[in-house]
Amino acid sequence: MSSRPELQAPPEIFYDDVEARKYTSSSRIVGIQAELSERALELLALPDDGIPRLLLDIGCGSGLSGETISEDGHQWIGLDISRSMLDVALERETEGDLILGDMGQGLGLRPGVIDGAISISAVQWLCNADKSCHEPRLRLKAFFGSLYRCLGRGARAVFQLYPENNAQRELILSFAMRAGFAGGVVIDYPHSSKKRKEYLVLTCGPPSMSTMTPSAKGEDENSCSDEESSGDEENQTVCISDRHRSRKKQKVTKKGKTRSWVLQKKEKMRSKGNVVPPDTKYTARKRKARF
Amino acid sequence: MRLLTHNMLSSNIKGVINGFPLRIEAEKVVIKEVDFNPDFIKNMFSKIDWKALADASKIMGYAELPEEVPDHSVLDSDEFLQKFHHALLQLHLEEGALVCPETGRRFPVNKGIPNMLLHEDEMNLDATCTSSASNP
Repeated sequence: MSSRPELQAPPEIFYDDVEARKYTSSSRIVGIQAELSERALELLALPDDGIPRLLLDIGCGSGLSGETISEDGHQWIGLDISRSMLDVALERETEGDLILGDMGQGLGLRPGVIDGAISISAVQWLCNADKSCHEPRLRLKAFFGSLYRCLGRGARAVFQLYPENNAQRELILSFAMRAGFAGGVVIDYPHSSKKRKEYLVLTCGPPSMSTMTPSAKGEDENSCSDEESSGDEENQTVCISDRHRSRKKQKVTKKGKTRSWVLQKKEKMRSKGNVVPPDTKYTARKRKARF
Repeated sequence: MRLLTHNMLSSNIKGVINGFPLRIEAEKVVIKEVDFNPDFIKNMFSKIDWKALADASKIMGYAELPEEVPDHSVLDSDEFLQKFHHALLQLHLEEGALVCPETGRRFPVNKGIPNMLLHEDEMNLDATCTSSASNP
């Protein structure tokens, strides 16, 4: 992971005109951003009564995530530190209002007015100290504290993030908890390296039924939604099973791939989030000899 | 920037107790048509600081809103909702500035985007310094 943008430059410099342009010209980036924000909105679990809400988009960038919010009919206010990205958002004529600001300085918003907040791939930037006056802990504290104040009771905040390591994930989560939020991490497709996505789902107010962490996609048991240590355990079990795989076992599989083996393999690929053809009566059948 | 956003924003400068409402210095105001949605407006009514909205819309050149806080019964009147909708969502501050009511610090608004970035010495981090230092 040497290509992490967080390691290259501060956000207001990294997201310059060239980088910002990619967020309109690259259909791949546009597609990923839309997918992430759709999932974040889903996790936000706004009441389904057709009333538009006022949402906050932290690190809105060029407004790709905001467009998803607009499509759902909600109003939004976007905050970003990069002027170049906001200029692109202006060009795209996004519907929400844009603010040039730094989330690490705290959000200057009135208390209790926002119905929900989302953030796509932004919060991990807070862990960087790009200037001498930056102290990640203080910035995290200022951010989560001010966010907690401006959200209404029972409102949710969903952050999609790319933590660099376990320590960073724990740091972010601990500051969220200290600010008063309840919630945890939801990991979609935990078995896949490519499609694996992490969401921090936070709820304002004390823990209750409504603050339960929603279940993740592409996992069979409820091992991952629990706490941040689960990712670690996963890796460990993989390592152990690798170590114990004997040569004998491999020979057995060589003999012939039975239907049950194929079904098992397909299920595994499905859990990784890959596109797998459905199981039919033809699955794992042998071809005719004349083929 | 719409007045909806102005109504939510407050000054975040160190030492400011009441940074709301930010005073508007309007140089250019534009009006953008937005679809009328009574449900959203009614939902927002309780969250809006009425005096700030009425004052701000007056500065932006729209003096149709009543001065004093209207009670909930006006939400049934379509005429009122239309005015409220216009002030809240259709008036855009394109160029100008927002001014902190206590310190007088100007936040410039450029192409509709307010620049709320603070300087190093204005950051509101010191108050939290002591508590976080004790439990690292």
